[in-house]
Amino acid sequence: MPSLIKLTPAGAEPVEDRFVTVLDEDAIPQGADVIVSLIRLKADGEALLNSGVSVGVQIEPAEAVEDLAAFLPRLSVVAVAFPKFRDGRAYTSATLLRERLGYSGEVRAVGDVLREQAGFMLRCGFDAFVPADGSNASDWAKAAHRHRHVYQTAADGRVPAYAEPGRA
Amino acid sequence: MYRYDAIDKEVLADRSNEFRNQVVRRLAGELTEDQFKPLRLMNGLYLQLHAYMLRVAIPYGALNVAQVRRLAWIARTYDKGYGHFTTRQNIQFHWIKLRDTPDILDALAQVDLHAIQTSGNCIRNVTSDPRAGATAEEVDDPRVWSEAIRQWSTLHPEFSYLPRKFKIAVTASAKDRTAAKVHDVGLVLRRNRDGALGFEVMAGGGMGRTPYIGSTIRAHLPAERLLSYLEAILRVYNRHGRRDNIYKARIKILVAALGAEEFARQVEAEWLQIDAARADLPEGELARIRAAFVQPGLEALEPVSAAYEAARAANSALARFVRNNVSAHKAPGYAIVDVSLKAHDATPGDANADQLEVIADLAERYSLGEVRVTHEQNLVLPHVKQDDLLAVFEALAAAGLATPNINLVSDIIACPGLDYCALANARAIPVAQSIAQRFLDPELAEKVGELKIKISGCINACGHHHVGHIGVLGVDKKGEEFYQLTLGGSGAEDASIGQMLGPALAADQVAPAIDTLVAVYLDLRQDGERFLDTYRRTGMAPFKEAVYAVAH
Repeated sequence: MPSLIKLTPAGAEPVEDRFVTVLDEDAIPQGADVIVSLIRLKADGEALLNSGVSVGVQIEPAEAVEDLAAFLPRLSVVAVAFPKFRDGRAYTSATLLRERLGYSGEVRAVGDVLREQAGFMLRCGFDAFVPADGSNASDWAKAAHRHRHVYQTAADGRVPAYAEPGRA
Repeated sequence: MYRYDAIDKEVLADRSNEFRNQVVRRLAGELTEDQFKPLRLMNGLYLQLHAYMLRVAIPYGALNVAQVRRLAWIARTYDKGYGHFTTRQNIQFHWIKLRDTPDILDALAQVDLHAIQTSGNCIRNVTSDPRAGATAEEVDDPRVWSEAIRQWSTLHPEFSYLPRKFKIAVTASAKDRTAAKVHDVGLVLRRNRDGALGFEVMAGGGMGRTPYIGSTIRAHLPAERLLSYLEAILRVYNRHGRRDNIYKARIKILVAALGAEEFARQVEAEWLQIDAARADLPEGELARIRAAFVQPGLEALEPVSAAYEAARAANSALARFVRNNVSAHKAPGYAIVDVSLKAHDATPGDANADQLEVIADLAERYSLGEVRVTHEQNLVLPHVKQDDLLAVFEALAAAGLATPNINLVSDIIACPGLDYCALANARAIPVAQSIAQRFLDPELAEKVGELKIKISGCINACGHHHVGHIGVLGVDKKGEEFYQLTLGGSGAEDASIGQMLGPALAADQVAPAIDTLVAVYLDLRQDGERFLDTYRRTGMAPFKEAVYAVAH
């Protein structure tokens, strides 16, 4: 069972994943908090959201996060998929969720999620991770603080080098 | 030179530490080669035929004396005593051991150098004009904008796993010395009628299997909006560039598939949604970067130096060197000196450690501490007093660095080819040498005039053959090295893609074919036309006829 790591103000910690990711061909389990595909969300979303459970969606790289706009305020989690760690579209998806669509719920990295990409993921607004490389919360906490400075603004709101007291 | 502050230095130190940790984990087997590959590539480390190759970034081709000396030291300590300057103004070392790389990166960081993003599917080192700050042709110093791009693109969280590599060139002169039109994004800085600085933004240029000249997607972008506009371009590309086929993943394929107009429309639509206050650099930071370029202390000199004029009149070798390798400086009494790395028996772009040290010494003594790298694989001493030209010429000549052939037939761009590269089909270096051998007579080379020959050992086109006045492409024919010639390419402001001459030639027929092409040109040329101009006027037929009449 892959473990879920969540970002905290102090670093990162392992947490229990209360969501069940439901494949399109499977039935929705009664009373469970679920993550469904964008296709299913569009088809059954209203019914699900009115059924009293927490609902999340999983976005694939080719899917446009803008399509989630109508659902976002009621979604508990958006899982953004990395089919391969080299597929960088997920970084744009997360960035747009945070910056353009104003989503403040959990943005979870799923799929081929490696600790080497932790820094980039954090900066693009991911705050939860299901690592595929066996890394643990302390690995992710370390990766989060590896660089003392960043040169550009991003979804994490970190102060870029040009606005640091030493430079501005 | 841009002067690093404490923040810039700490960024390099942190990056170096991160990579050291990754190398340890790779050597311990905790990272697979597949997982390690993109990490090492983003630090410029390739696995080649014989060893690892480390490509060190030389941002916009500018080096100071300490940096050149450090490169010489690395060549001696960790390589076989030389380095190879590339067509993107970088330097690469071909004989590197993986376990040495963290120490090399630390040694580089001590002099504000690094190998960040010299490879991988990310935004690569920015190319700019090697004459920046020295030429009167420019409307502004392109290095200021190049440095802004360097910082913005360094470890960019959203754009480090693009569909494919991404190269940006910045020029501020009408005469393009950056090959801007064959970059993923080419930026040409201009002033409009109101005097406001702006960029002509070109996108979708490139070489490789499917060469394209970049399309202008914005005629005059207000200069201070540069970073938000680049963000829009990169976001459209990151979302919609192809990822299913490595050969169709560059932005040129997306721009061609959508059409330049539709691509421009998508970029514009994305740009309008970006918060400028977040994405563009504040005015104060641009001013800080500008001020961090310490201006060299140019003296007020007479425009003409009697001593220099006398030396040139008395010394025909100096006169020839000046005709071919020396250009006008913006300041009276100064000159820009091109240092040729194309001696006739040399590997184009190679410099050994001794030569690098000679260059460093000359820069320290005669060029206000600055050295530049050109995309045509030569070096530049940008601020030399006319009075010092004789001394500089003699010192360069003693080190084998004064070949008077800039832009001439033997000033050849060549990729490392099959001698080093795992991708190559054919050798490039011996072909370049065999051509250069035919033009040893400097009288003949000068008579031929500007003629840019560019050689690639495979279709990936690292030797820029598509934009050679004469291009040479190595191909594999049933296990034998053959060479496909193209004519009429240009990577400059008059950019064009070369057209195929005819069937590929055997290795020993390439240099004779170049001889024939030159003979046809000399026969047909009018009023001081360059080879390229004659070709454009007459078309392919006379050249093709002559080469294949001889070959058969």
